[in-house]
Amino acid sequence: MEEKNREGAVSAWDRVQIARSADRPYIKDFISRIFDGFLELHGDRLFGDDRAVIGGIAAIDKQYVTVIGQQKGRNAKENKRRNFGMPNPEGYRKALRLAKQAEKFSRPILFFVDTPGAFCGMEAEERGQGEAIARNLFELSDLRVPVLSIITGEGGSGGALAFAVANEVWMLENAVYSVLSPEGFAAILWKDKKRAEEAAEVMKMTAEELKGMGIVEKVIPEPQPANIADMDDLALSMRREIRSFLKYYQDMPAEEIVRRRKDRFRSYGVFD
Amino acid sequence: MLKEHFKKPAGEAETEISYEKPQAPDGLFQKCDGCGKIVLQEDIENNWYCCPKCGRYYRIGARERIPMIADENTFQEWDSGLTGGNPLQFEGYEEKLDTLRKSTGYAEAVVMGEARICGMRIALGVMSAEFLMGSMGTAVGEKITRMIGRATAERLPVVLFCCSGGARMQEGIFSLMQMARTAQAIKEHDEAGLLYIPVLTDPTTGGVTASFAMLGDVILAEPGALIGFAGPRVIRQTIGQKLPQGFQSAEYLLKHGFVDRIVRRERLRSTLGILLRSSGYGRKES
Repeated sequence: MEEKNREGAVSAWDRVQIARSADRPYIKDFISRIFDGFLELHGDRLFGDDRAVIGGIAAIDKQYVTVIGQQKGRNAKENKRRNFGMPNPEGYRKALRLAKQAEKFSRPILFFVDTPGAFCGMEAEERGQGEAIARNLFELSDLRVPVLSIITGEGGSGGALAFAVANEVWMLENAVYSVLSPEGFAAILWKDKKRAEEAAEVMKMTAEELKGMGIVEKVIPEPQPANIADMDDLALSMRREIRSFLKYYQDMPAEEIVRRRKDRFRSYGVFD
Repeated sequence: MLKEHFKKPAGEAETEISYEKPQAPDGLFQKCDGCGKIVLQEDIENNWYCCPKCGRYYRIGARERIPMIADENTFQEWDSGLTGGNPLQFEGYEEKLDTLRKSTGYAEAVVMGEARICGMRIALGVMSAEFLMGSMGTAVGEKITRMIGRATAERLPVVLFCCSGGARMQEGIFSLMQMARTAQAIKEHDEAGLLYIPVLTDPTTGGVTASFAMLGDVILAEPGALIGFAGPRVIRQTIGQKLPQGFQSAEYLLKHGFVDRIVRRERLRSTLGILLRSSGYGRKES
Protein backbone atom coordinates (compact mmCIF):
# COMPACT_ATOMS: atom_id res chain seq x y z
CA MET A 1 0.00 0.00 0.00
CA GLU A 2 2.91 2.31 -0.41
CA GLU A 3 2.22 3.08 -4.03
CA LYS A 4 3.19 6.57 -4.92
CA ASN A 5 2.16 8.54 -7.94
CA ARG A 6 4.62 10.27 -10.21
CA GLU A 7 5.07 13.29 -7.95
CA GLY A 8 5.94 11.00 -5.08
CA ALA A 9 2.83 11.99 -3.10
CA VAL A 10 0.14 9.56 -1.98
CA SER A 11 -2.90 10.07 -4.21
CA ALA A 12 -6.48 10.28 -2.97
CA TRP A 13 -7.19 6.88 -4.51
CA ASP A 14 -4.13 5.41 -2.72
CA ARG A 15 -5.60 6.68 0.53
CA VAL A 16 -8.96 5.11 -0.27
CA GLN A 17 -7.17 1.79 -0.65
CA ILE A 18 -5.20 2.30 2.57
CA ALA A 19 -8.36 3.28 4.46
CA ARG A 20 -10.01 0.06 3.29
CA SER A 21 -7.06 -2.25 3.81
CA ALA A 22 -7.60 -5.33 5.95
CA ASP A 23 -4.62 -4.71 8.19
CA ARG A 24 -5.81 -1.28 9.25
CA PRO A 25 -6.69 -1.05 12.96
CA TYR A 26 -10.40 -1.16 13.77
CA ILE A 27 -12.16 0.25 16.81
CA LYS A 28 -11.43 -2.76 19.03
CA ASP A 29 -7.71 -2.41 18.29
CA PHE A 30 -7.83 1.26 19.19
CA ILE A 31 -9.86 0.69 22.35
CA SER A 32 -7.48 -1.89 23.76
CA ARG A 33 -4.44 0.31 23.16
CA ILE A 34 -5.77 3.79 23.92
CA PHE A 35 -7.93 3.21 26.98
CA ASP A 36 -7.26 1.74 30.40
CA GLY A 37 -10.35 -0.44 30.35
CA PHE A 38 -13.55 -1.00 28.41
CA LEU A 39 -16.94 -2.37 29.33
CA GLU A 40 -19.02 -3.17 26.27
CA LEU A 41 -22.76 -2.58 26.42
CA HIS A 42 -25.21 -4.09 23.98
CA GLY A 43 -28.52 -3.60 22.28
CA ASP A 44 -30.90 -0.89 21.14
CA ARG A 45 -33.80 -2.01 23.42
CA LEU A 46 -36.05 -2.06 20.35
CA PHE A 47 -34.96 -4.76 17.97
CA GLY A 48 -31.56 -6.26 18.60
CA ASP A 49 -27.83 -5.83 18.98
CA ASP A 50 -26.05 -4.74 15.83
CA ARG A 51 -22.57 -6.23 15.84
CA ALA A 52 -21.42 -3.71 13.23
CA VAL A 53 -21.43 -1.18 16.05
CA ILE A 54 -19.48 -1.45 19.29
CA GLY A 55 -20.26 0.76 22.24
CA GLY A 56 -19.58 0.96 25.92
CA ILE A 57 -17.80 2.71 28.75
CA ALA A 58 -14.06 3.21 28.71
CA ALA A 59 -11.62 4.74 31.14
CA ILE A 60 -8.74 7.02 30.30
CA ASP A 61 -6.64 8.51 33.08
CA LYS A 62 -9.30 7.77 35.69
CA GLN A 63 -11.91 9.56 33.59
CA TYR A 64 -14.86 7.65 32.22
CA VAL A 65 -15.98 8.19 28.65
CA THR A 66 -18.50 6.52 26.33
CA VAL A 67 -16.92 5.02 23.23
CA ILE A 68 -18.98 4.12 20.15
CA GLY A 69 -17.97 3.12 16.65
CA GLN A 70 -18.29 0.79 13.70
CA GLN A 71 -16.38 -2.48 13.74
CA LYS A 72 -15.36 -4.19 10.50
CA GLY A 73 -14.31 -7.82 10.28
CA ARG A 74 -10.96 -9.07 9.12
CA ASN A 75 -12.16 -12.24 7.42
CA ALA A 76 -15.34 -13.70 5.93
CA LYS A 77 -16.51 -15.16 9.21
CA GLU A 78 -16.01 -11.95 11.16
CA ASN A 79 -17.55 -9.90 8.40
CA LYS A 80 -20.65 -12.01 8.45
CA ARG A 81 -21.06 -10.96 12.06
CA ARG A 82 -19.87 -7.38 11.63
CA ASN A 83 -21.53 -6.81 8.25
CA PHE A 84 -18.34 -5.13 6.94
CA GLY A 85 -18.90 -2.30 9.43
CA MET A 86 -22.16 -1.27 7.78
CA PRO A 87 -24.72 -0.65 10.52
CA ASN A 88 -28.38 -1.49 10.35
CA PRO A 89 -30.92 0.84 11.99
CA GLU A 90 -30.50 -0.97 15.31
CA GLY A 91 -26.81 -0.04 15.24
CA TYR A 92 -27.63 3.65 15.02
CA ARG A 93 -30.29 3.24 17.70
CA LYS A 94 -27.86 1.44 20.01
CA ALA A 95 -25.40 4.28 19.48
CA LEU A 96 -28.05 6.85 20.29
CA ARG A 97 -29.12 5.00 23.41
CA LEU A 98 -25.54 4.93 24.64
CA ALA A 99 -25.01 8.58 23.72
CA LYS A 100 -28.08 9.64 25.70
CA GLN A 101 -26.86 7.49 28.59
CA ALA A 102 -23.50 9.25 28.43
CA GLU A 103 -25.25 12.60 28.55
CA LYS A 104 -27.28 11.56 31.58
CA PHE A 105 -24.15 10.59 33.48
CA SER A 106 -21.96 13.42 32.16
CA ARG A 107 -19.52 11.22 30.26
CA PRO A 108 -17.83 12.71 27.19
CA ILE A 109 -18.49 10.72 24.01
CA LEU A 110 -15.83 9.46 21.62
CA PHE A 111 -16.95 8.12 18.27
CA PHE A 112 -14.62 6.01 16.12
CA VAL A 113 -15.87 6.16 12.54
CA ASP A 114 -14.95 3.48 10.01
CA THR A 115 -17.73 2.44 7.68
CA PRO A 116 -18.35 2.13 3.94
CA GLY A 117 -21.79 3.51 4.83
CA ALA A 118 -25.09 2.54 6.38
CA PHE A 119 -26.20 -0.89 5.18
CA CYS A 120 -28.28 -0.77 1.98
CA GLY A 121 -30.47 -3.82 2.47
CA MET A 122 -34.14 -4.62 2.38
CA GLU A 123 -34.49 -5.23 6.11
CA ALA A 124 -32.56 -2.03 6.87
CA GLU A 125 -35.15 -0.09 4.87
CA GLU A 126 -37.99 -1.96 6.54
CA ARG A 127 -36.72 -0.98 9.96
CA GLY A 128 -36.19 2.64 8.99
CA GLN A 129 -32.55 3.21 8.10
CA GLY A 130 -33.32 6.81 7.12
CA GLU A 131 -35.22 7.48 10.33
CA ALA A 132 -32.47 5.97 12.47
CA ILE A 133 -29.77 8.19 10.93
CA ALA A 134 -32.00 11.27 11.02
CA ARG A 135 -32.77 10.68 14.69
CA ASN A 136 -29.06 10.53 15.53
CA LEU A 137 -28.38 13.82 13.74
CA PHE A 138 -31.33 15.38 15.54
CA GLU A 139 -30.46 14.16 19.04
CA LEU A 140 -26.68 14.53 18.82
CA SER A 141 -27.04 18.18 17.78
CA ASP A 142 -27.69 19.35 21.33
CA LEU A 143 -26.15 16.72 23.60
CA ARG A 144 -24.84 18.47 26.69
CA VAL A 145 -21.52 16.60 26.87
CA PRO A 146 -18.41 17.03 24.71
CA VAL A 147 -18.41 14.84 21.61
CA LEU A 148 -15.32 13.92 19.59
CA SER A 149 -15.43 11.88 16.38
CA ILE A 150 -12.30 10.32 14.95
CA ILE A 151 -12.53 8.99 11.41
CA THR A 152 -10.00 6.20 11.38
CA GLY A 153 -10.69 4.53 8.03
CA GLU A 154 -13.66 5.04 5.76
CA GLY A 155 -16.08 7.86 6.55
CA GLY A 156 -18.86 6.77 4.24
CA SER A 157 -21.74 9.18 3.78
CA GLY A 158 -24.72 9.51 6.15
CA GLY A 159 -23.69 6.27 7.80
CA ALA A 160 -20.55 8.05 9.01
CA LEU A 161 -22.16 11.43 9.66
CA ALA A 162 -24.58 9.80 12.12
CA PHE A 163 -21.49 9.28 14.32
CA ALA A 164 -19.88 12.61 13.49
CA VAL A 165 -22.16 15.33 14.83
CA ALA A 166 -19.41 16.36 17.17
CA ASN A 167 -17.63 19.31 18.74
CA GLU A 168 -14.54 18.25 16.85
CA VAL A 169 -14.00 15.80 14.03
CA TRP A 170 -10.50 14.41 13.56
CA MET A 171 -9.15 12.13 10.88
CA LEU A 172 -6.20 9.82 10.66
CA GLU A 173 -3.95 10.94 7.84
CA ASN A 174 -5.01 8.14 5.50
CA ALA A 175 -8.69 8.14 6.40
CA VAL A 176 -11.27 9.39 3.91
CA TYR A 177 -14.65 11.07 4.39
CA SER A 178 -17.14 11.68 1.62
CA VAL A 179 -20.76 12.05 0.57
CA LEU A 180 -20.56 8.73 -1.27
CA SER A 181 -17.92 6.18 -2.26
CA PRO A 182 -15.83 7.29 -5.23
CA GLU A 183 -17.27 4.33 -7.15
CA GLY A 184 -20.82 5.52 -6.42
CA PHE A 185 -19.94 9.11 -7.26
CA ALA A 186 -18.45 8.08 -10.63
CA ALA A 187 -21.47 5.89 -11.37
CA ILE A 188 -23.96 8.67 -10.65
CA LEU A 189 -22.20 11.64 -12.21
CA TRP A 190 -20.29 9.98 -15.04
CA LYS A 191 -22.22 6.74 -15.43
CA ASP A 192 -18.89 4.96 -15.17
CA LYS A 193 -17.83 3.14 -12.02
CA LYS A 194 -14.36 2.66 -13.44
CA ARG A 195 -13.62 6.34 -13.05
CA ALA A 196 -13.53 5.95 -9.27
CA GLU A 197 -9.88 6.93 -9.09
CA GLU A 198 -10.60 10.22 -10.81
CA ALA A 199 -13.68 10.70 -8.60
CA ALA A 200 -11.56 10.31 -5.46
CA GLU A 201 -9.49 13.31 -6.59
CA VAL A 202 -12.47 15.45 -7.55
CA MET A 203 -14.40 14.73 -4.35
CA LYS A 204 -11.75 16.19 -1.98
CA MET A 205 -12.15 13.33 0.45
CA THR A 206 -8.71 13.13 2.08
CA ALA A 207 -7.96 14.27 5.62
CA GLU A 208 -5.69 17.09 4.50
CA GLU A 209 -8.19 18.47 1.98
CA LEU A 210 -11.06 18.27 4.46
CA LYS A 211 -9.01 20.04 7.08
CA GLY A 212 -8.30 22.76 4.55
CA MET A 213 -12.02 23.14 3.96
CA GLY A 214 -12.80 23.36 7.66
CA ILE A 215 -14.70 20.06 7.78
CA VAL A 216 -12.25 18.49 10.24
CA GLU A 217 -10.23 20.08 13.00
CA LYS A 218 -7.24 17.80 13.24
CA VAL A 219 -5.30 15.34 11.15
CA ILE A 220 -3.50 12.65 13.12
CA PRO A 221 -0.25 11.83 11.29
CA GLU A 222 0.48 8.30 10.16
CA PRO A 223 4.23 8.20 9.54
CA GLN A 224 3.55 4.73 8.12
CA PRO A 225 0.04 3.73 7.06
CA ALA A 226 -1.63 2.53 10.27
CA ASN A 227 -1.23 -1.22 10.65
CA ILE A 228 -2.42 -3.54 13.41
CA ALA A 229 1.01 -5.14 13.55
CA ASP A 230 2.67 -1.89 14.53
CA MET A 231 0.29 0.65 15.98
CA ASP A 232 1.60 1.39 19.47
CA ASP A 233 3.05 4.78 18.57
CA LEU A 234 -0.13 5.79 16.77
CA ALA A 235 -2.26 4.69 19.74
CA LEU A 236 -0.01 6.63 22.09
CA SER A 237 -0.32 9.82 20.08
CA MET A 238 -4.09 9.38 19.87
CA ARG A 239 -4.28 8.85 23.62
CA ARG A 240 -2.35 12.06 24.14
CA GLU A 241 -4.62 14.01 21.80
CA ILE A 242 -7.78 12.57 23.35
CA ARG A 243 -6.58 13.51 26.82
CA SER A 244 -5.97 17.06 25.74
CA PHE A 245 -9.45 17.19 24.13
CA LEU A 246 -11.02 15.99 27.38
CA LYS A 247 -9.02 18.47 29.39
CA TYR A 248 -10.04 21.35 27.14
CA TYR A 249 -13.76 20.65 27.55
CA GLN A 250 -13.57 19.50 31.17
CA ASP A 251 -14.84 22.65 32.85
CA MET A 252 -16.81 24.09 29.96
CA PRO A 253 -20.47 24.73 30.81
CA ALA A 254 -22.90 22.46 28.94
CA GLU A 255 -24.55 25.43 27.19
CA GLU A 256 -21.21 26.45 25.78
CA ILE A 257 -20.45 22.91 24.58
CA VAL A 258 -23.80 22.78 22.78
CA ARG A 259 -23.41 26.26 21.34
CA ARG A 260 -19.99 25.47 19.90
CA ARG A 261 -21.17 22.25 18.31
CA LYS A 262 -24.10 24.04 16.72
CA ASP A 263 -21.95 26.91 15.46
CA ARG A 264 -19.61 24.41 13.91
CA PHE A 265 -22.38 23.00 11.71
CA ARG A 266 -23.96 26.39 11.07
CA SER A 267 -20.72 27.43 9.43
CA TYR A 268 -21.22 24.92 6.56
CA GLY A 269 -23.67 27.17 4.78
CA VAL A 270 -24.14 30.00 2.35
CA PHE A 271 -23.40 33.52 3.46
CA ASP A 272 -24.52 36.60 1.63
CA MET B 1 -11.56 31.07 3.38
CA LEU B 2 -12.92 27.95 1.75
CA LYS B 3 -12.44 29.07 -1.81
CA GLU B 4 -8.66 28.84 -2.05
CA HIS B 5 -8.77 25.13 -1.28
CA PHE B 6 -10.74 24.36 -4.38
CA LYS B 7 -8.26 25.20 -7.09
CA LYS B 8 -7.85 21.86 -8.77
CA PRO B 9 -9.95 21.45 -11.88
CA ALA B 10 -12.51 18.67 -11.81
CA GLY B 11 -13.04 15.96 -14.40
CA GLU B 12 -15.38 16.01 -17.32
CA ALA B 13 -18.85 17.47 -17.22
CA GLU B 14 -21.31 15.17 -15.55
CA THR B 15 -24.31 13.62 -17.17
CA GLU B 16 -27.75 14.10 -15.76
CA ILE B 17 -28.90 11.97 -12.85
CA SER B 18 -31.67 9.99 -14.44
CA TYR B 19 -34.79 8.79 -12.70
CA GLU B 20 -37.46 6.62 -14.16
CA LYS B 21 -40.61 8.68 -13.76
CA PRO B 22 -41.06 11.84 -15.80
CA GLN B 23 -42.67 15.08 -14.74
CA ALA B 24 -46.25 15.93 -15.53
CA PRO B 25 -46.14 16.09 -19.31
CA ASP B 26 -46.38 19.36 -21.24
CA GLY B 27 -48.57 20.02 -24.26
CA LEU B 28 -52.22 19.77 -25.16
CA PHE B 29 -52.52 15.99 -25.20
CA GLN B 30 -50.38 13.58 -23.27
CA LYS B 31 -49.76 9.92 -23.10
CA CYS B 32 -49.96 8.81 -19.49
CA ASP B 33 -46.89 6.79 -18.54
CA GLY B 34 -49.05 4.92 -16.05
CA CYS B 35 -51.82 3.56 -18.23
CA GLY B 36 -50.60 4.57 -21.68
CA LYS B 37 -53.87 6.34 -22.50
CA ILE B 38 -53.99 9.68 -24.24
CA VAL B 39 -55.25 12.34 -21.87
CA LEU B 40 -55.91 16.06 -22.13
CA GLN B 41 -53.34 18.17 -20.28
CA GLU B 42 -56.12 20.35 -18.95
CA ASP B 43 -57.81 17.30 -17.44
CA ILE B 44 -54.60 16.41 -15.65
CA GLU B 45 -54.33 19.92 -14.24
CA ASN B 46 -57.95 19.87 -13.12
CA ASN B 47 -57.43 16.51 -11.48
CA TRP B 48 -54.73 17.54 -8.98
CA TYR B 49 -52.04 16.60 -11.49
CA CYS B 50 -53.14 12.99 -11.51
CA CYS B 51 -54.09 10.94 -14.56
CA PRO B 52 -57.87 11.25 -15.02
CA LYS B 53 -57.92 7.69 -16.40
CA CYS B 54 -55.74 5.67 -14.01
CA GLY B 55 -55.16 8.07 -11.12
CA ARG B 56 -51.38 8.04 -11.44
CA TYR B 57 -49.72 10.81 -9.43
CA TYR B 58 -47.46 13.08 -11.46
CA ARG B 59 -44.60 14.87 -9.83
CA ILE B 60 -45.24 18.55 -9.25
CA GLY B 61 -43.04 21.42 -8.18
CA ALA B 62 -43.49 24.50 -6.05
CA ARG B 63 -45.44 26.35 -8.76
CA GLU B 64 -48.18 23.73 -8.85
CA ARG B 65 -48.05 22.77 -5.17
CA ILE B 66 -48.32 26.14 -3.50
CA PRO B 67 -51.71 27.14 -4.97
CA MET B 68 -52.97 23.65 -4.13
CA ILE B 69 -52.06 24.01 -0.45
CA ALA B 70 -52.01 27.68 0.54
CA ASP B 71 -54.98 30.00 0.94
CA GLU B 72 -55.32 32.12 -2.18
CA ASN B 73 -52.59 34.73 -2.62
CA THR B 74 -51.14 34.22 0.85
CA PHE B 75 -47.74 32.84 -0.14
CA GLN B 76 -44.77 35.17 0.32
CA GLU B 77 -41.40 33.82 -0.64
CA TRP B 78 -38.41 34.02 1.71
CA ASP B 79 -34.77 34.09 0.56
CA SER B 80 -35.89 33.80 -3.05
CA GLY B 81 -32.56 34.80 -4.56
CA LEU B 82 -30.40 32.63 -2.34
CA THR B 83 -28.08 30.36 -4.31
CA GLY B 84 -24.93 28.44 -3.49
CA GLY B 85 -21.51 28.28 -5.08
CA ASN B 86 -19.41 25.50 -6.50
CA PRO B 87 -17.49 24.37 -3.42
CA LEU B 88 -15.61 21.53 -5.14
CA GLN B 89 -15.08 23.56 -8.35
CA PHE B 90 -16.84 20.72 -10.11
CA GLU B 91 -16.49 21.19 -13.84
CA GLY B 92 -19.68 22.16 -15.62
CA TYR B 93 -21.71 22.52 -12.43
CA GLU B 94 -22.27 26.28 -12.60
CA GLU B 95 -23.25 26.06 -16.26
CA LYS B 96 -25.66 23.29 -15.42
CA LEU B 97 -27.25 25.38 -12.67
CA ASP B 98 -27.59 28.34 -15.06
CA THR B 99 -29.29 26.20 -17.68
CA LEU B 100 -31.65 24.76 -15.08
CA ARG B 101 -32.51 28.18 -13.72
CA LYS B 102 -33.53 29.26 -17.19
CA SER B 103 -35.43 26.11 -18.09
CA THR B 104 -37.27 25.61 -14.78
CA GLY B 105 -37.70 29.19 -13.59
CA TYR B 106 -36.53 28.08 -10.14
CA ALA B 107 -33.38 29.54 -8.55
CA GLU B 108 -32.79 26.33 -6.61
CA ALA B 109 -34.42 22.98 -5.80
CA VAL B 110 -36.51 24.36 -2.96
CA VAL B 111 -38.88 27.31 -2.58
CA MET B 112 -39.44 28.67 0.92
CA GLY B 113 -41.78 31.16 2.41
CA GLU B 114 -44.82 31.79 4.52
CA ALA B 115 -48.43 31.18 3.71
CA ARG B 116 -51.76 30.57 5.32
CA ILE B 117 -53.59 27.28 5.42
CA CYS B 118 -57.23 27.52 6.49
CA GLY B 119 -56.34 30.98 7.80
CA MET B 120 -53.40 29.81 9.90
CA ARG B 121 -49.97 31.28 9.26
CA ILE B 122 -47.27 28.69 8.52
CA ALA B 123 -43.77 28.44 7.14
CA LEU B 124 -43.99 26.47 3.91
CA GLY B 125 -41.27 24.81 1.87
CA VAL B 126 -41.61 22.91 -1.38
CA MET B 127 -38.88 20.96 -3.15
CA SER B 128 -39.05 20.56 -6.91
CA ALA B 129 -37.78 17.46 -8.71
CA GLU B 130 -37.36 19.45 -11.94
CA PHE B 131 -34.32 21.11 -10.40
CA LEU B 132 -31.54 18.48 -10.29
CA MET B 133 -33.92 15.89 -8.78
CA GLY B 134 -34.49 18.10 -5.76
CA SER B 135 -31.00 17.22 -4.61
CA MET B 136 -29.72 18.86 -1.43
CA GLY B 137 -26.74 21.12 -1.87
CA THR B 138 -25.57 23.95 0.33
CA ALA B 139 -28.22 26.38 -0.91
CA VAL B 140 -31.04 23.90 -0.30
CA GLY B 141 -29.70 23.16 3.18
CA GLU B 142 -29.25 26.86 3.86
CA LYS B 143 -32.77 27.76 2.75
CA ILE B 144 -34.34 25.00 4.82
CA THR B 145 -32.21 25.86 7.85
CA ARG B 146 -33.07 29.55 7.55
CA MET B 147 -36.76 28.85 7.10
CA ILE B 148 -36.92 26.62 10.16
CA GLY B 149 -34.86 29.11 12.15
CA ARG B 150 -37.21 31.95 11.22
CA ALA B 151 -40.23 29.76 11.98
CA THR B 152 -38.75 29.05 15.42
CA ALA B 153 -38.18 32.76 16.06
CA GLU B 154 -41.69 33.68 14.87
CA ARG B 155 -43.26 30.61 16.49
CA LEU B 156 -44.66 29.25 13.25
CA PRO B 157 -45.40 25.64 12.38
CA VAL B 158 -43.47 24.25 9.42
CA VAL B 159 -44.91 22.26 6.51
CA LEU B 160 -42.23 20.95 4.16
CA PHE B 161 -42.96 19.08 0.93
CA CYS B 162 -40.05 16.71 0.46
CA CYS B 163 -39.03 15.51 -2.97
CA SER B 164 -35.42 14.62 -3.52
CA GLY B 165 -32.99 12.15 -4.98
CA GLY B 166 -30.76 12.86 -1.95
CA ALA B 167 -27.42 14.58 -1.69
CA ARG B 168 -26.17 16.99 -4.39
CA MET B 169 -23.14 14.97 -5.51
CA GLN B 170 -21.50 17.95 -7.21
CA GLU B 171 -21.12 19.64 -3.81
CA GLY B 172 -19.52 16.63 -2.14
CA ILE B 173 -18.99 16.76 1.61
CA PHE B 174 -20.74 20.14 1.88
CA SER B 175 -23.90 18.45 0.68
CA LEU B 176 -23.53 15.82 3.42
CA MET B 177 -23.17 18.52 6.09
CA GLN B 178 -26.63 19.86 5.21
CA MET B 179 -28.18 16.77 6.75
CA ALA B 180 -26.76 17.70 10.14
CA ARG B 181 -27.61 21.39 9.74
CA THR B 182 -31.26 20.80 8.86
CA ALA B 183 -31.67 18.21 11.64
CA GLN B 184 -30.18 20.68 14.11
CA ALA B 185 -32.61 23.40 13.02
CA ILE B 186 -35.55 21.02 13.46
CA LYS B 187 -34.30 20.10 16.94
CA GLU B 188 -34.44 23.77 17.95
CA HIS B 189 -37.91 24.14 16.43
CA ASP B 190 -38.99 21.01 18.29
CA GLU B 191 -37.52 22.22 21.58
CA ALA B 192 -39.58 25.41 21.16
CA GLY B 193 -42.70 23.25 21.16
CA LEU B 194 -43.59 23.91 17.55
CA LEU B 195 -45.23 21.62 14.99
CA TYR B 196 -43.32 20.28 12.00
CA ILE B 197 -45.01 18.27 9.27
CA PRO B 198 -42.96 16.86 6.39
CA VAL B 199 -45.06 15.66 3.45
CA LEU B 200 -43.20 12.96 1.56
CA THR B 201 -43.75 13.00 -2.18
CA ASP B 202 -42.28 10.98 -5.02
CA PRO B 203 -39.35 10.46 -4.62
CA THR B 204 -37.97 11.08 -1.13
CA THR B 205 -34.65 9.28 -0.80
CA GLY B 206 -31.06 9.40 0.44
CA GLY B 207 -29.83 12.20 2.63
CA VAL B 208 -33.22 13.89 2.71
CA THR B 209 -34.88 10.76 4.09
CA ALA B 210 -31.99 10.43 6.55
CA SER B 211 -32.53 13.95 7.85
CA PHE B 212 -35.49 16.34 7.76
CA ALA B 213 -37.99 14.07 5.99
CA MET B 214 -38.11 11.61 8.89
CA LEU B 215 -38.14 14.10 11.77
CA GLY B 216 -41.74 15.30 11.73
CA ASP B 217 -44.18 15.35 14.63
CA VAL B 218 -46.58 14.01 12.03
CA ILE B 219 -45.27 12.57 8.76
CA LEU B 220 -47.65 12.55 5.78
CA ALA B 221 -47.05 10.91 2.41
CA GLU B 222 -48.65 10.95 -1.03
CA PRO B 223 -50.04 7.71 -2.45
CA GLY B 224 -47.49 5.59 -4.27
CA ALA B 225 -44.52 7.84 -3.47
CA LEU B 226 -41.12 6.16 -3.44
CA ILE B 227 -39.61 6.74 0.01
CA GLY B 228 -36.37 5.21 1.23
CA PHE B 229 -32.80 5.69 2.29
CA ALA B 230 -31.02 3.66 -0.37
CA GLY B 231 -32.60 3.59 -3.80
CA PRO B 232 -34.05 0.28 -5.02
CA ARG B 233 -31.33 -0.11 -7.66
CA VAL B 234 -28.58 0.30 -5.10
CA ILE B 235 -30.19 -2.30 -2.85
CA ARG B 236 -30.58 -4.75 -5.72
CA GLN B 237 -26.91 -4.30 -6.58
CA THR B 238 -25.73 -4.55 -2.96
CA ILE B 239 -27.56 -7.64 -1.91
CA GLY B 240 -28.57 -9.24 -5.18
CA GLN B 241 -32.02 -9.76 -3.72
CA LYS B 242 -35.21 -9.37 -5.68
CA LEU B 243 -37.31 -6.70 -4.08
CA PRO B 244 -40.96 -7.32 -3.31
CA GLN B 245 -43.76 -5.51 -5.11
CA GLY B 246 -44.45 -2.14 -3.54
CA PHE B 247 -41.11 -2.07 -1.66
CA GLN B 248 -40.37 1.51 -0.44
CA SER B 249 -43.78 2.81 -1.48
CA ALA B 250 -45.63 5.16 0.86
CA GLU B 251 -47.97 2.26 1.60
CA TYR B 252 -45.02 0.06 2.58
CA LEU B 253 -43.70 2.74 4.95
CA LEU B 254 -47.14 3.12 6.48
CA LYS B 255 -47.27 -0.62 7.08
CA HIS B 256 -43.85 -0.56 8.74
CA GLY B 257 -44.69 2.38 10.96
CA PHE B 258 -42.66 5.17 9.39
CA VAL B 259 -45.40 7.49 8.16
CA ASP B 260 -48.54 8.58 9.98
CA ARG B 261 -50.94 8.85 7.06
CA ILE B 262 -51.14 8.63 3.31
CA VAL B 263 -53.14 11.58 2.10
CA ARG B 264 -54.58 12.16 -1.37
CA ARG B 265 -53.88 15.55 -2.91
CA GLU B 266 -57.47 16.70 -2.69
CA ARG B 267 -57.45 16.07 1.07
CA LEU B 268 -54.03 17.49 1.89
CA ARG B 269 -55.11 21.02 2.66
CA SER B 270 -57.94 20.00 4.97
CA THR B 271 -55.78 17.36 6.68
CA LEU B 272 -53.06 19.94 7.32
CA GLY B 273 -55.75 22.28 8.63
CA ILE B 274 -56.90 19.71 11.20
CA LEU B 275 -53.34 18.92 12.28
CA LEU B 276 -52.52 22.61 12.70
CA ARG B 277 -55.70 23.44 14.60
CA SER B 278 -55.40 20.40 16.89
CA SER B 279 -51.84 21.44 17.74
CA GLY B 280 -52.97 24.81 19.02
CA TYR B 281 -52.53 27.04 15.99
CA GLY B 282 -55.14 29.47 14.77
CA ARG B 283 -56.52 30.29 18.20
CA LYS B 284 -55.11 33.66 19.10
CA GLU B 285 -53.81 34.59 15.68
CA SER B 286 -54.74 37.71 13.83
